[in-house]
Amino acid sequence: MRHVLSVLVDNEPGVLSRVVGLFSGRGFNIESLNVAPTLEPGVSHMTIATSGDDQIIEQIIKQLRKLVTVIKVVDYQDLAVVEREMMLVKVQADDSRRGEVLRIADIFRCKVVDVSLVDLTLEATGNDDKLSAIIGLLGKFGIKELARTGIVAMRRSMQRE
Amino acid sequence: MELTGAQILMECLEREGVDLIFGYPGGSVIDIYDELSRHPAIRHILVRHEQAAVHAADGYARALGKTGVCLVTSGPGATNAVTGIATAYSDSIPLVIFTGQVPTHLMGNDAFQEVDIIGITRPCVKHSYLVNDISKMAEIIRQAFFLARSGRPGPVLVDLPRNVITASGEFVWPEVVHMRSYHPTYKPNLVQIRRAADLVLGAVRPLILSGGGVIRSDSSAVLAHIARSFHIPVVSTLMGLGGFPGNDPLWFGMVGMHGSVAANRAIGEADVLLAVGTRFADRVTGKVSVFASRARIIHIDIDPTSIRKNVNVDVPIVADCLEAVTALKDVLATKTGGRDRGEDRAPWLERLDRIRREHPLSYIRDGSLKPQEVIEAVCSIAGGDNIVVSTEVGQHQMWTAQFFTFTRPRSFLSSGGLGTMGYGLPAAMGAQLAMPDKQVVCIAGDGSIQMNSQEFITIVSNRLPVKVVVLNNGYLGMVRQWQELFFKRNYSCTNMEAQPDFLKLAEAYGAEGYRITEPGSLIPDLTRALTSPNPAIIDVHVAREENVYPMVPAGAALDEMILV
Repeated sequence: MRHVLSVLVDNEPGVLSRVVGLFSGRGFNIESLNVAPTLEPGVSHMTIATSGDDQIIEQIIKQLRKLVTVIKVVDYQDLAVVEREMMLVKVQADDSRRGEVLRIADIFRCKVVDVSLVDLTLEATGNDDKLSAIIGLLGKFGIKELARTGIVAMRRSMQRE
Repeated sequence: MELTGAQILMECLEREGVDLIFGYPGGSVIDIYDELSRHPAIRHILVRHEQAAVHAADGYARALGKTGVCLVTSGPGATNAVTGIATAYSDSIPLVIFTGQVPTHLMGNDAFQEVDIIGITRPCVKHSYLVNDISKMAEIIRQAFFLARSGRPGPVLVDLPRNVITASGEFVWPEVVHMRSYHPTYKPNLVQIRRAADLVLGAVRPLILSGGGVIRSDSSAVLAHIARSFHIPVVSTLMGLGGFPGNDPLWFGMVGMHGSVAANRAIGEADVLLAVGTRFADRVTGKVSVFASRARIIHIDIDPTSIRKNVNVDVPIVADCLEAVTALKDVLATKTGGRDRGEDRAPWLERLDRIRREHPLSYIRDGSLKPQEVIEAVCSIAGGDNIVVSTEVGQHQMWTAQFFTFTRPRSFLSSGGLGTMGYGLPAAMGAQLAMPDKQVVCIAGDGSIQMNSQEFITIVSNRLPVKVVVLNNGYLGMVRQWQELFFKRNYSCTNMEAQPDFLKLAEAYGAEGYRITEPGSLIPDLTRALTSPNPAIIDVHVAREENVYPMVPAGAALDEMILV
């Protein structure tokens, strides 16, 4: 089962290697990992997408909490959350294909952020399903480069009961 | 007050109550050693290898219950310490390890004697710090000691770049330690304690499994009170030996791979298992899916990750073991009004007693000198509350666990989790320094004693009357045993007949040497050696192909024991 974890950490040197080392050393899986500063100086926020059965996820959360530099861990599994990921994708688009690529970009509300005679670079934002759908559709034109941020997520203010 | 980094370190050590450190100098820590010479209150033991410095600090910490401290230089000094750090981490031993580091402006440049020791030790420390700013030094050292001994104890590494050691800065001692992200749970949840009490009181065949956490948290007396008040049998893990008196009739031995028949059967038959301060390691549980399969399990441990990591439990209690068993004792007393459960539990205790009588720990006496008999002899000559026994790792370790009667917590020092050969001799040295009035005996094999035998000179030069009993069978015995049982006696690379003359080795180091080859001379020669006021090596030539039994093959269920 896929889980998204929100992890607040002291932003000291080596904190990322402690977290990543914990996952690799104990054979836990990381699907994506995003790290960025928060409003509070010295504190960073990590969003980790991982997977495993209940017992594994419980261990991952406990092991993260055991790290001295980890301040807080929240599992978004049973919460209503907004999940977003951004992707840059450079797709082959010469004169004969450009129109079709742009139509797909339009359907998914992608932005064109770079263009040349032979390719287009699109910026897309969404959850995992949407980005996977875009990649699937653009695949037939030929994807030259792909960069994804990994998931960021936030708890919704209104939680269903 | 402006002080250098080295002076700040000394100030901090003195305020933490450190009076003994184990170490080895080098280029990156030369300024610290210079300063150390002006602080006679801190005794420094100069080991002969950094691994031994950490094991010695570990033995000191295990024997005394205080935090052990080491100081080593950068690069190879630090990497040599890694095995000791990993050993302490596996067994939850409080240590603070100071490593020298190249100056910060050279870090990352592959400078002379530079390694990323923070990176290398990351998976085997409780926490680590790089002191890159002298203004943070005192606070970091304070936190390091606090972390090492609080919660689930463990080793904490502090990396000290040379330019920080030589810099000057204001010394401010933080009176309180505030760490936003570190709050171990000490107090047990009382609802869970009541559930545990109900389970214990409702049990027909209750059993206490006492682990290393009982010793670390000084819970032995309270746990023993519960066991005796409610007539509950007790079994121990390897790390828990001494946590319940081995001469108490309620004690049924060690569990696990080389546990007693009674202890392993008790685990299988119990209906309620009260597990205290144990992480259910694979050597303890055997095949996990059938471990304690008839029991509802109460699990007390201070580390939340220990709970449901290996074994599913019914009543998890995250707490300091002492707080938890004290609360449990109180709730049990309230619920029963002190009513004795002796009659209800008599059949269970009688059953375990019968198993113990039918399957005692034993060996075949065939006239040759048996290693088990040597352990029994050491125990009969020097056993009791005044002895501390360390071991190396292998057959001799298991025979010591089986045939020596440990009556007191902190009297058995052994590398349980990591299984580090080379641990016993330096650990004995650390224990003797911690406990000058105790008799300290290291029980070793002829293989493992050679892994840190350079420390004989440290022992002799510090006039420590450590006794080393070498169970000499000319084999790496435990591996040979596995080869005999599981690899058709293909003794690949386990014959170690080529060995130093241990008598001459003793003489070369200035220790006393004894050699025992006949059963008849065992008691008199061993008595002479153990009562000598000097350090001694006792080379005992034992039956070469003796095996450790009972044995649960790796991955098998605890009741699938191979017997003598």
